[in-house]
Amino acid sequence: MATLELSGLTKRFGGLLVVDSLDLTVAEGEIVSLIGPNGAGKTTVFNLISGVFAPDEGDILLDGSSIVGLPRHEIARRGVARTFQTLRVFLNMTVAENVIAAEYASGKVGAVRSFFGTPAARAEAARMRAVAEERLRFFGERLIGYRLDQPAYSLSYANRRRLEIARAMATGAGLLLLDEPAAGMNPAETQEITRLIGELRDDAGYTILVIEHDMHVVEGISDRVVALDHGVKIAEGSFEDVAADPAVIEAYLGTGGAATK
Amino acid sequence: MPEIGTDRWVAEFESRRVRREGPWGRLVDWTSRHWLGLFVVAAVVYPFVIGGDFGIRVGVNALLLAMLAIGLNVVVGYTGLLDLGYVAYYGLGAYGYAFLASEQFGIHLPTLLVVGVVALAVFGIGLVLGQPARRLVGDYLAILTLFFLQVFVELALNLDRLDLPFVDGPVSITGGPNGIAGVDPMEIFGFRFGQVRDYYFLLLVLVVFLIVGVTNLARSRTGIGWRAIREDTLAAEHMTIPSGRLKVLAYAFGAAVAAVSGTVFAAVQLGVFPQNFTVALLIVVYAALVLGGEGSVPGALVGALIIAMVPELLRTPAGARLLFYGGLAVAALTLVKPRRRLLVVVPGIVATGLAVRSLVTALWPDLVDVEAAGMVDRWVVRFVPSADVVVSVLFIVTIAVVLGIVAVRRRGAKDALVVVGVYLLVLVWENRLVEEPSITRQLLFGALLVVLMVARPHGLLGRPRVEVV
Ligand SMILES: Nc1ncnc2c1ncn2[C@@H]1O[C@H](COP(=O)(O)OP(=O)(O)OP(=O)(O)O)[C@@H](O)[C@H]1O
Ligand SMILES: [Mg+2]
Repeated sequence: MATLELSGLTKRFGGLLVVDSLDLTVAEGEIVSLIGPNGAGKTTVFNLISGVFAPDEGDILLDGSSIVGLPRHEIARRGVARTFQTLRVFLNMTVAENVIAAEYASGKVGAVRSFFGTPAARAEAARMRAVAEERLRFFGERLIGYRLDQPAYSLSYANRRRLEIARAMATGAGLLLLDEPAAGMNPAETQEITRLIGELRDDAGYTILVIEHDMHVVEGISDRVVALDHGVKIAEGSFEDVAADPAVIEAYLGTGGAATK
Repeated sequence: MPEIGTDRWVAEFESRRVRREGPWGRLVDWTSRHWLGLFVVAAVVYPFVIGGDFGIRVGVNALLLAMLAIGLNVVVGYTGLLDLGYVAYYGLGAYGYAFLASEQFGIHLPTLLVVGVVALAVFGIGLVLGQPARRLVGDYLAILTLFFLQVFVELALNLDRLDLPFVDGPVSITGGPNGIAGVDPMEIFGFRFGQVRDYYFLLLVLVVFLIVGVTNLARSRTGIGWRAIREDTLAAEHMTIPSGRLKVLAYAFGAAVAAVSGTVFAAVQLGVFPQNFTVALLIVVYAALVLGGEGSVPGALVGALIIAMVPELLRTPAGARLLFYGGLAVAALTLVKPRRRLLVVVPGIVATGLAVRSLVTALWPDLVDVEAAGMVDRWVVRFVPSADVVVSVLFIVTIAVVLGIVAVRRRGAKDALVVVGVYLLVLVWENRLVEEPSITRQLLFGALLVVLMVARPHGLLGRPRVEVV
């Protein structure tokens, strides 16, 4: 179960209005893409949902109850997991440990039993490692085998993006916020990640809100597209409708870019 | 279209794998797997080999430092909390033991009860004083915790003339600058700790227990959570990790470990004194941890053993000499690369020595002490006592040459400087430093630390950390 509902969401940084009374819903099992030119406020929306900043106005409902003001780990526990545009894997931990860290909430064994290494503690550690391997297996053989015990800093850029997704899955959340999952990937890898995001929903049952600049990816995965400019929602609908929307074309052309494929 | 998730590196890993080869490689592998067993065997044998009380006392200090370093490793090495008040908890443990087991208040509780009560109480204090760690990081937390340590020392010094309501006359709680003497020795299950050796083995048990526990913790969600917090607190929180709670837990855990070692310290020296718990000790504990490698339990252990025992080894001229020439050999091995150049460098050093000696003996015969008859004396110039100034000048030249070795990049020039530098070092060592044990100890120990940290900036057993790639 994961539905997300933003209503009247507003965020200012000093005098700058970055998100302006945004209304947005993501239904259970839906893939919604958030697009917009650089600086439109997309990442800020993710930061508001996941609790990095508190909104100045408006509300965020997860499965009908507000998550505004909750501590970040509590928001994650309730089912919102995210990846970062500027990758934030735990560099000096192994690939497996990165994913195990995200399974924290699923653990039941406390520090005392862990200290004494009770059978329950050992069993839990083994289970967490198995779950981590399973999550990583989602990306084929790229992050398993010897890579499991390699430090995360040794990973390529694309593999770090994959690791972040595996880590988000491991939190047990139902809603994934993916911030530019295809950034820095080559065309073949981009095609692969497009397919995998589809599988995340179809096979694994996640609800997904994704920020993406690559229009091939957006077209390939989106049930619905929401376009943002200067923090304001300027268009919403199917990919074709939004791509053809004059306001969207204007927004992209106005900043020198273009919503072309 | 390629299959999803194929990866050549993973597929071909087995065929590309490079194993550690040769007897040396196997030894390294074996040691890294059995380090705890090796340590226990060595530590059990140590008191019998070393004999006298003094040696065992050194061992006790080393084990106390090891406990402190392993506890601090959880706070600083895993969780990344720069706790400069750590030693205060060691003091609290020691004073706690003294309060509950001495004539100070006439209370003499059973040892196990005292240790348990003190550990729990200090853990509680850690939970309270650790609250700022939820928000403060880095230098801010460091300053605040350093302040805790100062407060502790001030309280220990000044709570000796306290006016309390309903009590006649001033009451002494901590004994002020004189501390509390006459603390009870420990007694566990009817066994009364009489000798230093008894405490040595108690500490050994505690250290092993702590190592096993902390290693277990490190593999659990708690330990992995701690490390995730050090890596990236915000990302850790987004991964469901309650960072505030875990930080406070790490802080209080460290405090409790320090407190338990404090109780043993109080019992083994049969008293507690404020000057035992100052910034000086804090620096020693940090030195042990940094030297061994932050984030590594065996590292903290090895670092503590080196910091506590090497200065003692340096106390005797024979020990100092062993360390000096050993260090020189290691330095030459690391500085001269490729190794086969040693075939030129080593004879070069010998030849330089012989040449300089005959030259000096020919030119200024009255400066040379021809009586000296040690093995090296036939090679190195041994000056007469009146040639003090010459030795001092050579000392300064030596330092300049050693700095030159570090600065120079060209291989030929570097090797030449190594030849001159090694000779000069031996010369200065044999003429001056051996005669002045106390200065030598400090100098040599300092030099050793510098060399170790230059050779392995991330600590002996630590892993180099990568911040941004
Ligand atoms: N913590 C902050 N403090 C002040 N200003 C901020 C902060 N975070 C974001 N901003 C500003 O808010 C605006 C929106 O930033 P945001 O990162 O949300 O854009 P974005 O749509 O994700 O852009 P991009 O496509 O480049 O990632 C920008 O002008 C940015 O400079
Ligand atoms: Mg962004």
